[in-house]
Amino acid sequence: MSAGLATISARRRNTDRIMRGVLLGGTIVALIPLVLVLYYLLKKGLGSWSMHFFTSDPTGNFLGDPGGIKSAILGTIEMVALAAAISIPIGIGVALYLVEYGRESRFASVVRYFVDVMTGVPSIVFGLFIYITLVLSGWLGSGFAGWKGSVALALLMLPIVTRSAEVVLLLVPDSLREAALALGAPRWRVMLRVVLPTALPGLITGSLLAIARGAGETAPLIFTATLANVSTLDLNQRMNSLPAQIFNDVGQAQDRLVGRAWGAALTLVLMILVLNIVARLASRRSRIA
Amino acid sequence: MQRESDLRLMAADSGTALGGSRPSFGRLLPSGLPDRLLKWGLTALAAGVLVLIAYFFYKLIDQAQPAISKFGVWGFVTTNDWDVSRNIYGAAPLVVGTLITSAIALLIGVPVAVAAALYVTELCPRRLRAPLTVLLELLAAVPSVVYGLWGVFVLIPKLKPAEEWFGRTFDFLPFVGKTVAGPNYFIAGLILAIMILPIVSAITREVMATVPSDHKEAALALGATRWEMIRTAILPYSRAGISGAAMLGLGRAIGETIAVTLVIGNAPTIGKQIFDQGYSLAAVIANEFGEAANVPIHRAALIEAGLVLFVLTLLVNGIARWVVNRGVRGRRAAADAPAPAVGV
Repeated sequence: MSAGLATISARRRNTDRIMRGVLLGGTIVALIPLVLVLYYLLKKGLGSWSMHFFTSDPTGNFLGDPGGIKSAILGTIEMVALAAAISIPIGIGVALYLVEYGRESRFASVVRYFVDVMTGVPSIVFGLFIYITLVLSGWLGSGFAGWKGSVALALLMLPIVTRSAEVVLLLVPDSLREAALALGAPRWRVMLRVVLPTALPGLITGSLLAIARGAGETAPLIFTATLANVSTLDLNQRMNSLPAQIFNDVGQAQDRLVGRAWGAALTLVLMILVLNIVARLASRRSRIA
Repeated sequence: MQRESDLRLMAADSGTALGGSRPSFGRLLPSGLPDRLLKWGLTALAAGVLVLIAYFFYKLIDQAQPAISKFGVWGFVTTNDWDVSRNIYGAAPLVVGTLITSAIALLIGVPVAVAAALYVTELCPRRLRAPLTVLLELLAAVPSVVYGLWGVFVLIPKLKPAEEWFGRTFDFLPFVGKTVAGPNYFIAGLILAIMILPIVSAITREVMATVPSDHKEAALALGATRWEMIRTAILPYSRAGISGAAMLGLGRAIGETIAVTLVIGNAPTIGKQIFDQGYSLAAVIANEFGEAANVPIHRAALIEAGLVLFVLTLLVNGIARWVVNRGVRGRRAAADAPAPAVGV
């Protein structure tokens, strides 16, 4: 090999060209599904969009008017908001511990490892766990409820928030902490007034991406919050959500229900895309990352 | 106030000085009550995560107990008989389905993901790099249930003729048959391949970014073409990391539920070839939970299936993290003696 590197023979040039083509081809193949999914979502989803679609609840009728997705949109927003309210403070707290106190200590590396492990736990297993501990046992009220879905989503989002927050907090330069400490600020003030504000854009990005991830999850919801037709603001009730609604409608052999699934899927994907875009814009404002 | 905003400005200026070494003030003893409260509060929070995972594991085992005592663990995963009506639960068809679909996902997804990562990091025009990266990441933004919906109503009908042609032409290959079921292992594997693509590609890119430019420049200076540079400098160096990325993808594929449930056919038998219907561990839980709620042994069997799934993903992810971390951190060692490839 090394002897042949000096001049480029035709064979080597051709290999190079072919392999470049192969790599480009791989990239295009990777993007085809994205294009196709978006194309079909727009093609089939837009057709079922209407005012009625967004402002009415599912009727539950198999024949006739299937109704819209109002309760699903509301339920998704409520449950994801509660899940964010649980997972973001805890996640950032754990990340603060890892970066500010834990560092390279043995305990911190164990925590870090298990947070990684949590990232890999299938979402349906989180759903099972919440089903066992909260729905089945009847502790804190038995039966299905929206807030139980939120807890399952929060478990899923927690490791995502923690890992992204840890990365961002590590990027805050030490000189900054040292300067504040040298000026006599106590540790907690340094954290609250220097470290967190500096890392804020990155923390927002990580949190929004976690929210986007949680919003699209179906498996943890189908046996915690399950399905419901009516809109409700009460998180103690069964609650509808976009993913659960889609999952349920796909299984129905009825064109109008399938149409509603496409419309709901388009809505869900747009919501998640907006979250992703806002997340990226937030990180653009960051001075450290 | 003023002081702090100045400090923040300083942060911006010294933003590049991020070192690996974090000097002694990490060991500085906190003084005063709020400091101690914060420290112990945050430590408790971190410990809480560990307690949660332990409790998690305990609860799953506890609730699966009826099934574990009746079918055992080894017996459960090796018995090829999942019959709800007779209350016999042997999960071999589910385990096999999970493994087959994941293997198909890796076979299709990993080469494509690595090709895309190589193209984006080494070959594509600089202007295209950021948009291509964003597009590849957008694949991860599409929810599982939407892939499932698309799989059911687009992929299954549109691919059927192609699958039938393939089945007829390559009938002599092992695991390829002439009969094509609508939903089948291959479709599930293909959807999984799409779903693991972004994570495998992102981690591969990350690993490739750690290849020292010295190595690349040295290869180019010796007259290597771009491809030869990739083959001699980048691939050997990042082999361990790519293996780890593939393992992480495998972890995702094993645990993926909703999309697979919709396109695998949900038949609790072991298919003879890739175009047969099947079932997976995650799919059976999602599908049968409703009916199992009032049958304790059925419910316990599903929870045991969840436990098997959990342990499987823990193992795969544990190995993957270890391999990736070694690939990224132990850079020099990896360059001198490429680690044996795991998983690919």
